[in-house]
Amino acid sequence: MAVTVSIPTILRTHTGGQKTVEASGSTLAEVIDNLEATHGGIKGRLVKEGSLHRFVNIYVNDEDVRFTGGLDASVSDGDNVTILPAVAGG
Amino acid sequence: MVAHARRDHPDEACGVVAGPEGSDVPLRFIPMLNAARSPTFYEFDSTDLLKLYREMDANDEVPVVIYHSHTATEAYPSRTDVSYASEPDAHYVLVSTRDPQADELRSFRIVDGEITEEPVDVVAEYDQTAPSLPE
Repeated sequence: MAVTVSIPTILRTHTGGQKTVEASGSTLAEVIDNLEATHGGIKGRLVKEGSLHRFVNIYVNDEDVRFTGGLDASVSDGDNVTILPAVAGG
Repeated sequence: MVAHARRDHPDEACGVVAGPEGSDVPLRFIPMLNAARSPTFYEFDSTDLLKLYREMDANDEVPVVIYHSHTATEAYPSRTDVSYASEPDAHYVLVSTRDPQADELRSFRIVDGEITEEPVDVVAEYDQTAPSLPE
């Protein structure tokens, strides 16, 4: 499944400055692995010990993947995947 | 920002002031819900966050200022603030509500884990015909 991934400013060092990139996969995990193959280093910013980093939000279309299976969230052709680091602090 | 912090005290308050991309001028004040509702932590709700970024994108805006309050400590970025700062172009404004009488507001850049304080000028309005604001 071909999807468009929106990349936040802080991760654009891995995509040569591009704000959106294309990727493929039928689950979020596959999309991330596919991104890693062409934009090395990005996976480590998103996934920690086999699960999504707590303070990175990923949405497929408008749904936070936390509610739709996390890394197992399914992804269809033409979907938008949006990555937004959490805005948080103490 | 100070009024928002006072209102939400003893929880931390948080929000954004958006401005046109590339302008470095904060024009649109957007107080946000602190989903953590905590006196020591803040986090934008993930659905609110998406809505905010989609809206800013549609308006060609970026978060020029990201602000939050400290309820018992100084208006200076904590280690947590530094580790989660993920907008390298933003001005991180800290408000402290530890003193009910005295207002404390300071501004910082946080880039690659480094904090740099910057002076704050309070003005009634921006002169947008002037050359861009000093760094």
